[in-house]
Amino acid sequence: MNDTMKPTSRAAASTSSPRRRFLKDAAGVAGGAGLLALGAGMYARQASALPATAIRPPGALAEAAFLAACVRCGLCVRDCPYDTLRLAELGDGVATGTPYFLARDIPCEMCEDIPCVVACPSGALDRALTDIGEARMGLAVLIDQENCLNFLGLRCDVCYRVCPVIDKAITLERMHNPRSDRHAMLLPTVHSEHCTGCGKCEKSCVLPGESAIKVLPIKLAQGSKAEHYMRGWEEKDAAGESLIGEQLELPVRGLEDKAYGDTRVRPGEGPQAPPAVPDYAPARPPGGGLDSGWKP
Amino acid sequence: MNAQTTTGQATGTRPERKVPPTSVRGAAMRGVVARPGHEAIEAKGWLRAHKWLLLRRTSQFGILALFLVGPWFGWWIVKGNLSSSLTLGLLPLTDPFLIAQQLAAGQWPYREVLLGGGIVLAFYLLLGGRLFCSWVCPVNLVTDAAAWLRRRLGLKGGKAPAANTRHWLLGFVLVIAAVTGSLAWEWVNPVSMLHRGLIFGFGLAWGIVGGIFLYDLLIAPRGWCGHLCPQGAFYALLGRASLLKVSADKRRDCNDCMDCFAVCPEPQVIRPALKGVGQDHPLILDAECTTCGRCVDVCGKDVFRITTRFNRSES
Repeated sequence: MNDTMKPTSRAAASTSSPRRRFLKDAAGVAGGAGLLALGAGMYARQASALPATAIRPPGALAEAAFLAACVRCGLCVRDCPYDTLRLAELGDGVATGTPYFLARDIPCEMCEDIPCVVACPSGALDRALTDIGEARMGLAVLIDQENCLNFLGLRCDVCYRVCPVIDKAITLERMHNPRSDRHAMLLPTVHSEHCTGCGKCEKSCVLPGESAIKVLPIKLAQGSKAEHYMRGWEEKDAAGESLIGEQLELPVRGLEDKAYGDTRVRPGEGPQAPPAVPDYAPARPPGGGLDSGWKP
Repeated sequence: MNAQTTTGQATGTRPERKVPPTSVRGAAMRGVVARPGHEAIEAKGWLRAHKWLLLRRTSQFGILALFLVGPWFGWWIVKGNLSSSLTLGLLPLTDPFLIAQQLAAGQWPYREVLLGGGIVLAFYLLLGGRLFCSWVCPVNLVTDAAAWLRRRLGLKGGKAPAANTRHWLLGFVLVIAAVTGSLAWEWVNPVSMLHRGLIFGFGLAWGIVGGIFLYDLLIAPRGWCGHLCPQGAFYALLGRASLLKVSADKRRDCNDCMDCFAVCPEPQVIRPALKGVGQDHPLILDAECTTCGRCVDVCGKDVFRITTRFNRSES
């Protein structure tokens, strides 16, 4: 610029001194500023592990890309009609200013027009997501089988009933109840193919404190696929026929009337007591079966 | 043009003026705490001696109010925060400093952010980069309060880092964004954090804001805004060729009371214009000048005024 001139300093007499002083100053300043920036960077890196219960809005990019894209403006929060989304505050454990929600507090209601994605100006929420059913915010996991009422044999079913993708994302799988031996258990079972991670199941779990079913980041919730294990039934579907030819079906003696896989032993079935029992053998009640409650 | 001769023209030939007793220099001679601006109030009246300050506070609080009436009363004029906002559902505005970090982190944003960033960029390029610092930024309220308290308590000294630390920090902020692939600075950036906190809730961000207040008050005079803030450094870069500038066009009347130096957030920018050091015109062209107009207010002799960079006249 021609309208300002370099001040004619007294030190200009010796040519090396200003340069040396500049280098010294620059080194000090750069060192200090570098340390400050490094501190911020390290803090960001260390804290960028998202807590497992914090769920990103629908359409959020993978976490690393999300942290590069989100400008922390809160427009998604403003356009969320159910006040589900919130901006992380310093100390929340989520990157400061980025949007997330806690399913146990307010889950995602899966709006059909996905207003949060429409509002996002930065690209952190991907507008390629137009069908909320395709959202993968996380994956529900029935994480506590000891306290889930359905696993205890009751018909709670609440997580299954509230699921917006009912009978696809959560199904009730009928199982024998070995405790009573004469009841069924209907176990809520999540299918990753359909679960959007909205968290309505976690919100509505009737347990008083923590939920027995929780939405977790997919990375935490799912194992990797075993690459070398060919799923015969999938291969068969894909090929239209079995790849190894039709298999011989061998009869299972004594279980002719039962469904495949049903190995329960009804009263009167199974190996009977040998006829020649010594007298001192304890009397057996008629029947038998697994854990029939018989005591000597 | 030689620095010595211009200095001579500006001040040398005129007789010594009486220094006002409550001014910075007068108070220093008497050994009491200075009241910069006191003479201006006596000479011009309180209102005129606070004109630009009042306008500036109106601007700062007004912008904040525009963002707050939405969450407080449900009148959604502006949504979002200073990082990125949407006015009346129509006008996108985005902080170009954020876009710079985003691009450094390797992320290409949507059209709205680019458009909003372009509008903001054009505004500050045209009118004055650090107008953001003095007329918009909420941290200015904090550091101004610290500077005011520092003056009132008569706190002297302190250790401020070199003024160009902010430029280095700006560079490192972009480097760190590129290295970590994330907006690392936004985890701790007090500027966006304070504004976002006021609108969306604070958490522990009060600690960072309080830390800046105490740092400016007790450790480094004007330490944050004047030496460290990389966002201010970014906006200073934008303001290199901008239009609005402060001119010391009546510098002939200066009575060396030093009040303008005491209230100026970047006091090093005044001397070239006021005393003609290294330049012959009375314009403050240094991009670090925030065009806050406080020097205009506190001068009892009306030396300064806000004008354009093309007006090099002197009266």
